Amino acid sequence: MKPKVAFFDFTSCEGCQLDALNLEGELIDLLAAVDIVNFREVKTEREENYDIAFVEGSISRESEIPRLKKIRDQAKVLIALGACACIGGVNCLKNSLPMDEALRIVYKDDARYYDTMPARPINAVVPVDYYVRGCPINTDEFLKVVKALLLGKKPEIPNYPVCVECKMAGNVCVFDRGMFCLGPVIRAGCNAICISGGRFCWGCRGLVDDPNVDSEKDILKKYGLTVDQVTERFKLFNAYQEVAK
Amino acid sequence: MRKVKVNVHQVTRLEGHGNIVLNAKDGKIEELRWEVTESPRLFEAMLRGRSYQDVAFIASRICGICSIAHTTASIQATEVAFGIQPSEQTILLRQLLFNAEMLESHVLHILFLAAPDFLGVDSVFPLVETHREVVLMALRLKRLAYNLAELLAGRKTHPISCVVGGFARLPDLGELKAIRSRIEAALADFEVIVKLAQTFKIPDFVRETEYISLKHPNEYAFIRGGICSSDAGITPVSEYLRVTNEFCVPHSTAKYTKNERDSYMVGALARFNNNYGQLLPRAKEAAHELGLKAPCHNPFMITVAQLVECFHVAEHSLRLIDQILARGLEEEDNRVKVRAGRGVGAVEAPRGILFHDYTYNDQGVLTEANCIIPTNQNHNNIQKDLESLVPKILDKPEDELTHTLEMVVRAYDPCVSCSTHSLRVTIK
Repeated sequence: MKPKVAFFDFTSCEGCQLDALNLEGELIDLLAAVDIVNFREVKTEREENYDIAFVEGSISRESEIPRLKKIRDQAKVLIALGACACIGGVNCLKNSLPMDEALRIVYKDDARYYDTMPARPINAVVPVDYYVRGCPINTDEFLKVVKALLLGKKPEIPNYPVCVECKMAGNVCVFDRGMFCLGPVIRAGCNAICISGGRFCWGCRGLVDDPNVDSEKDILKKYGLTVDQVTERFKLFNAYQEVAK
Repeated sequence: MRKVKVNVHQVTRLEGHGNIVLNAKDGKIEELRWEVTESPRLFEAMLRGRSYQDVAFIASRICGICSIAHTTASIQATEVAFGIQPSEQTILLRQLLFNAEMLESHVLHILFLAAPDFLGVDSVFPLVETHREVVLMALRLKRLAYNLAELLAGRKTHPISCVVGGFARLPDLGELKAIRSRIEAALADFEVIVKLAQTFKIPDFVRETEYISLKHPNEYAFIRGGICSSDAGITPVSEYLRVTNEFCVPHSTAKYTKNERDSYMVGALARFNNNYGQLLPRAKEAAHELGLKAPCHNPFMITVAQLVECFHVAEHSLRLIDQILARGLEEEDNRVKVRAGRGVGAVEAPRGILFHDYTYNDQGVLTEANCIIPTNQNHNNIQKDLESLVPKILDKPEDELTHTLEMVVRAYDPCVSCSTHSLRVTIK
């Protein structure tokens, strides 16, 4: 029997689900190995019986909590898909404001009609088995995780900083180009794509398990930068962790 | 006595969450609503207090499928606020990048989201068995669009290299030349899709409405021009609020817009109706082959207009690449001088006209943002279409009725997850 796979989304842009489908021949192979039984974005029929659940998005409404718990109860394996699900992501930027104020800024007098709460990653609500990180996810990494699961192995996600991959990509260090970067403390697996694209690391994959904060501070000192500047940028994707600390 | 009760909770094959509710008794409609149930994202609140350098990067996250449109509108708004004129080179690259997203989004909608309706299946997955060549072609076209965007901006979903003032990294001319032949091949693929689309049985339904899109004197407008209404002519982008007129209706769940009439349409068919004359030759030919004539008042033809635009986008991309190869690319100084001010950016996202409106202080920190997305502008028109269509088909079997209503919503290719102003009303 082929394992049954389901995709679900909560508060998100749905870009990670779409990137998961950015496949060519691999899609044919994938469909030979699994049954996709629930994927609202591209599929009408739904089945409530599945083995593997991919969940995109963060949790930002009360009503999303029971829905996520139900998915957790059903799925043998639950995987967080993308930064919003893994670490809270950009949705958590609103957490620095009182919720009624955030609503009022956007909806003015109609704010009373809305229901929202501080955004959080899905592991703040249910246990999560594996993480496919990034904003958006990297399709190759998604495939790697799926393959590992089908083979009954534990998916290996890098636990070293972006700097390692950035060096391998042959980039000039962002700090030497007069900007600053979160690469020294952020988990790799993205092939330093943002730095190769002419920018810097924004931190969308979250911290490595044991970040070398002292070394980051030394780098900042060397280049005349402050911890506040870095914290501000870190909060773009990691505001939830920042508050939790 | 016949009671009809349709309740489609979370219409599928669209981006985001929306419901259709219909209750009718003895041929009389008691309740008919297109409801949006997306979680509020509150982007305008999250953009406040951010440096201009981070604004487009955050705004991109409004939507995973039209992130290039949001990025482009965002950067434009900031550039207008700061008084920055993008260079000719930047405009060429932005247009090419924009085409990549238009292509990917249209192919996704035509072949993955809409085609299953016409081929009698519930998703693209069974088509792997029955229409393998078409599925492989769709995947190939999507991959081409992704690769083109990667070349120009590092990535398609949430582009990396687009910055206020230009591009943080320029594409390699050799790679641009190499991808050119794949775009030429795409034109042949579109011909195959035309043959397939000619077999689609498109519901015969007509409701004239107001069509709103960008319009530019020299080109089929995607990223510049004024706001064109098929009823009222051109309005400058800076005065977009005169066109959108957002309002709330107590029984509805979405913030609506209206201009000259009760509702208006944005998107591929609105663009086609307003700017048909500026389509490139292959696109005009395709329109002819598909029986699409401007003005067309059948919303089910939006999908056909998207296919016509695919031809335009490919042909336009070939021309842009030729222009870029002929003139070459040079590193430009992207340093930005900030100033206090307000700016509005407007682009044609795949689903229609999109506005970002920002106010900055003299430190380049955003103090106020307003984003009006195409799907919100279409909600009211979808509702009016349903109101006009339902009485005509109310005697049909319930599953056929339900399916047709879903098809109306799906035709608009709604992107509900980026509905920055969606409204969920709880009536107690």
